[in-house]
Amino acid sequence: MSTTKTAPAQADSSPVRPRWQTLLIRPETMTFMLLVVGVFGGSVLSPFFLDLSYILRSFTLYSELAIVALVLTMVIIAGEIDLSPAANMALSACIFAWAQASGVPIPLAIVIGLLSGLAMGALNAFLVIGLQLPSIIVTIGTLTLFRGLAQVLAGDKSIRVPEWFIGVDKIMLAGIPLPVVLFIVLAIGLGIVLGGTIFGRNIYQIGTNEVAARHAGIRSARIKSSLFLLVGLVASVAGIMTASRLGSVRYDIAAGGELQMVLMAMLGGTYIFGGRGTILGTFLAAWLLVIVSTGMIVANVLPAVQLVVLGGLLIVAIIATNLIYSRTQR
Amino acid sequence: MFKKALVLGLAAGLAFASTAMAQDALKIVYIGKNTGNPYFDSITGGFVDACESLGCEFEFVAPATAEATSQIPFIEAQIQRGVNVIGIAPNSPDALNQVLEDARSKGILVLTVNGDITGNEQYRDATILPVNFDIVGRDQVEMVGSLIGYEGEIAILSATTEAPDQNKWIVGMNETLKADAKYAKMSLVATVYGDDQPEKSTTEMEALLSNFPNLKGVIAPTTVGIAAAAQVVQSRGIADKVAVTGLGLPSEMRDFVKDGTVKAFQLWSPYNEGWLAVHFALGVIDGSIKNEVGSTFEVPNLGTITINANNSINTQAELTTFNAENIDEFDF
Repeated sequence: MSTTKTAPAQADSSPVRPRWQTLLIRPETMTFMLLVVGVFGGSVLSPFFLDLSYILRSFTLYSELAIVALVLTMVIIAGEIDLSPAANMALSACIFAWAQASGVPIPLAIVIGLLSGLAMGALNAFLVIGLQLPSIIVTIGTLTLFRGLAQVLAGDKSIRVPEWFIGVDKIMLAGIPLPVVLFIVLAIGLGIVLGGTIFGRNIYQIGTNEVAARHAGIRSARIKSSLFLLVGLVASVAGIMTASRLGSVRYDIAAGGELQMVLMAMLGGTYIFGGRGTILGTFLAAWLLVIVSTGMIVANVLPAVQLVVLGGLLIVAIIATNLIYSRTQR
Repeated sequence: MFKKALVLGLAAGLAFASTAMAQDALKIVYIGKNTGNPYFDSITGGFVDACESLGCEFEFVAPATAEATSQIPFIEAQIQRGVNVIGIAPNSPDALNQVLEDARSKGILVLTVNGDITGNEQYRDATILPVNFDIVGRDQVEMVGSLIGYEGEIAILSATTEAPDQNKWIVGMNETLKADAKYAKMSLVATVYGDDQPEKSTTEMEALLSNFPNLKGVIAPTTVGIAAAAQVVQSRGIADKVAVTGLGLPSEMRDFVKDGTVKAFQLWSPYNEGWLAVHFALGVIDGSIKNEVGSTFEVPNLGTITINANNSINTQAELTTFNAENIDEFDF
């Protein structure tokens, strides 16, 4: 956008940026710096903040959303959006809980829950890719639909899960709660897929210019469909994890979670129009969100102020991301 | 100032230990349903005054929304802060179970105040409710009966269809109307729901008036509903035909009572809930009060309080009735 490419020779001959400079002007660097500032600010605000076990415990409250946000990042890089996963979490958790409450053995109920999540992803994929409808409208529709179905199924009551199924967040691996471990493992896995495989490269190409990607032989419909399916599946995993953490399921679990997920992706420097972004960015942004939120909550900061700070962070992140991307446009 | 810095420094040093040791003053926190809810100002006032007179540290916190899980990070944070007592108006009857259990396992006294986790009582130490909710329905029927001469059609304007407290009271109203011969000439013609939204409550009230032209009385057992119903009656100027009563806040209902739109309504004192909670909590911690069903204790201004079944404690035996004579004495 900023410079026009006249000839390949000229672009090749332009001076190579020093390595420190390319590192420094990545959006993830900004997220990381905000994270450092957040940790510092949190410890100034309250003497009770800087306690690793507390921060990890707090992260489990956001871990379900953070796990979905990792996959959502790939959807956004591919140039689409999915706003339905939080509602998907609620509906698959309700289906799971309802199944086990009506006598289905838990392992089978889990499979039913996961399949329903996959089916919700398939519905989105069909509407967006099959019928060529804009994903933002489609997923606003399905988010309402899924949430509504969850309420039809569960009513305004809670469905309990058995005592032994409660407490996925209390399982520790090397002192780290299991949901946090899952988040880290998934981040590494998806980071490798996105950054180191042809599949990942194709996702960036689709998000940058879908028509060109298709002409280059990339099967964009298949790749985008698989991403929507993956979001659906991971959302149902997150929903069932939430059920285990809370010990009961209601239609309104993860209410408003879609915004938190998008917030994590945006704070991590994912470009809303596709083609740019990394798993590392979203990974760091999830920690940033947890650090900033818990830092303020443990300091008894008023919720109104918390909203202002979070909103401000997002604006800063978007301005910085856009500035960085327009500067580094080659 | 120096002392505060010293305490902060001390606390910082202890932050890596699992719990900060109790300091001289006990720390009490009350977690409301959500912020911007004036009802909680009055409860908080009771906490503040009691903590001032007994010497404890008090703080009020609340999430931005009253959604089922929104209080969890706040409870986690208070555990981390090492408070001694958590009072909470729970947003969910069961989503908080696990985190409340964590709090209690750290030795924190957990009290539900102004709402309980019905069916999950084992996850809190005691509950402090304004009145015995079993008698609210009965008292409200008596109230409307006395206003309409125990004769004619009445209707109920409630909150949401799922509101647990209101539904319990409505059951009580129906039972009272059926069982007591005193109310034989009164008939309940409709129960409608305004969802605790002023607009919807107003619409429902207007629908009641046009559907039931002979309506004599309306019970609105919710502060939003009674204010909306009174507004409709006031603007139509039909206060002599339709009696509005229910549960309302004196501050919101004062003008309606003064101009005669509403003759009388009821509620309890939210202030006393906070006042009682602090006295009870400190008594339990210093050992002077036994948190056992049946035991009694004295609270200044409230008299002798008994711990009822399920460790439930009420601040008053009966609802307070507000009318033109006494309404100026209340400012919540």
